[in-house]
Amino acid sequence: MTMTADTPVASESIFRRNLSNFAANRLAMACALIVVLFAVMAVFAPWIAPHDPNETDLFRRLQPPAWIAGGEWSFLLGCDALGRDILSRIIYGARISIFIGLAVIFVATTVGILAGLAAGYLRGWVDVLISRLVDILLGFPYLIFAIGLMAMMGPGLWNIILALAYKEWVIPARVVRGETLVTRELEYVEAARALGASRWHIMLREILPNVLSPVIVVATIRMAHVIILEASLSFLGLGVQPPTASWGSMVSDGRAFILEAWWVSTFPGLAILLLVLAINVASQGLRDAFDPRFSE
Amino acid sequence: MSLNKLLERIAQLLPVLLGVSVIVFVMMALTPGDPVQIMIGDQSITPEQEAELRRGLGLDRPMIERFFIFLGDAVQFDFGESFYHRRPVGDVIAERLPATIELSLVALIVALVTAIPLGVLAAIRKNSIFDRIATVGSLLGVSLPGFWFGILLLMLFAVHLHILPVSGRIGFDAEVRMVTGFLLIDTLLAGNLRAFGDALAHLILPAITLGLPMTAILMRVTRTSMLEVLRQDYVTFADAKGLSRRRVLFRHALKNALIPTVSVAAIETGSLLGGNMIVETVFGWPGLGRLVVESIFLRNYPLVQAAVLFYAVTYVLLNFIADLLYTVLNPRVKL
Repeated sequence: MTMTADTPVASESIFRRNLSNFAANRLAMACALIVVLFAVMAVFAPWIAPHDPNETDLFRRLQPPAWIAGGEWSFLLGCDALGRDILSRIIYGARISIFIGLAVIFVATTVGILAGLAAGYLRGWVDVLISRLVDILLGFPYLIFAIGLMAMMGPGLWNIILALAYKEWVIPARVVRGETLVTRELEYVEAARALGASRWHIMLREILPNVLSPVIVVATIRMAHVIILEASLSFLGLGVQPPTASWGSMVSDGRAFILEAWWVSTFPGLAILLLVLAINVASQGLRDAFDPRFSE
Repeated sequence: MSLNKLLERIAQLLPVLLGVSVIVFVMMALTPGDPVQIMIGDQSITPEQEAELRRGLGLDRPMIERFFIFLGDAVQFDFGESFYHRRPVGDVIAERLPATIELSLVALIVALVTAIPLGVLAAIRKNSIFDRIATVGSLLGVSLPGFWFGILLLMLFAVHLHILPVSGRIGFDAEVRMVTGFLLIDTLLAGNLRAFGDALAHLILPAITLGLPMTAILMRVTRTSMLEVLRQDYVTFADAKGLSRRRVLFRHALKNALIPTVSVAAIETGSLLGGNMIVETVFGWPGLGRLVVESIFLRNYPLVQAAVLFYAVTYVLLNFIADLLYTVLNPRVKL
């Protein structure tokens, strides 16, 4: 890969070949489609959701799903303890999960790429500093680190993104550092150096395109993890605050009613499972297509 | 592995532990809200008393000095007083710790006992229906949100089937004298088999919930590593010698295939620590994880700080043990 990647045409054709490998994996493609559907649902939530997600109606308190006696087809998945439509809240909750997942991965990947490139290419004290910081952050169990930060910063959308991104960046940073250490010794990079290209030019224009594939694969794998972490924080009451609909807090709300209204917790949890499973299968397909070293 | 190498590895641990302590200290030092005001609550005290309290907590000193005091105290397991319990934080944590350790150990056992046979079977019967089901199962295992899975188990086994208890460590009617803090051991020491059964029943659902992601990961690792080993020449040779398939699999292949499993299990034991907070909250398990979550809402920061530090240090040490185990089990790898 690295031998031919120095010409744009070659690297593009490799990218296309990888993409067609991915497209040939029908299960992974189906799961990618599910992820896209969730994303569409999140973006167009105001048009898709049958009801206002925060509209309460105590006459509909714990109303069962449509197919159970007492249910109504206009409230397909039933209502929660405040009489809010569960389906509409799931549709709006997708916005929170997907937005936080994407935002954390975007921030973490950007910071991780820059840190990894700097550590791997510049070496010396920059590498020592970044690598030690990575080691220290890896010393925290993820959820505990995020919980500690949320305790410090207080709940809220942007605080969750920061709390998760503070640790998440170390993963792409490690990947990029490792790839950069190999790539920096290749002839075309030496040639660029000999031609007097600046460090930033070499890092961003010569090395970065070559290390992007593994970063994309890692980013998709981590996205599923981040969505579960966000839901876990929301479940504990440290995430997005009520009345905003988030899947984790919806599951938590339903805990008090598992004797009489199983649907309040079950459907939001099912939404998390479906999205995370789809991302996991799709990212596995992506990994097999883009990084054959990992395929079994 | 030589003693020098071991000492070198231990020396490498120190900056990480120091860095972890700095982050935990800064995390809590920057937390909004004045600890003295939180301690006082709605009691009325004079400004002099407040200043005295502030001096007593060391809050009038520069940040850097406070950090070294914190570090010195932490080394002696002195984390100050829990605002809520009005007792030393170390004592409160020590009281809750056995419940968390017991749950984690049982979850680890559940994961190992399930994952290894399933992983080996999936490898032996590669591409069979069983292998496919196991693969789907392991994907489900890592995709299931623990808190939701726990609630589903509760709904099924506790609420509908009434075969397992809903929450807590033991029934209210059981009287057990605490010796070790581990209920399974204490009930046996007391010769109270009924209470032992009750404690075990209380452990089943939380342990399965906590151990599920680990089971999924360990199963994948065992399967992959078993497949790798089965391709090795020495296995082919053992087969060619006419040894029974069982002997080849269990005496020759499995021993080597388990090296990565053991190492990953040690690393994943650290991740059980994070899972504990969720599982203990779902099942009302009176352990450290639940205590931390409650303390956050009570703004009981000395306890949160001590617990986060405790978790992080344990996690670093578990990773260190995982590294050592991998080296000891696999002499080809050098530290």
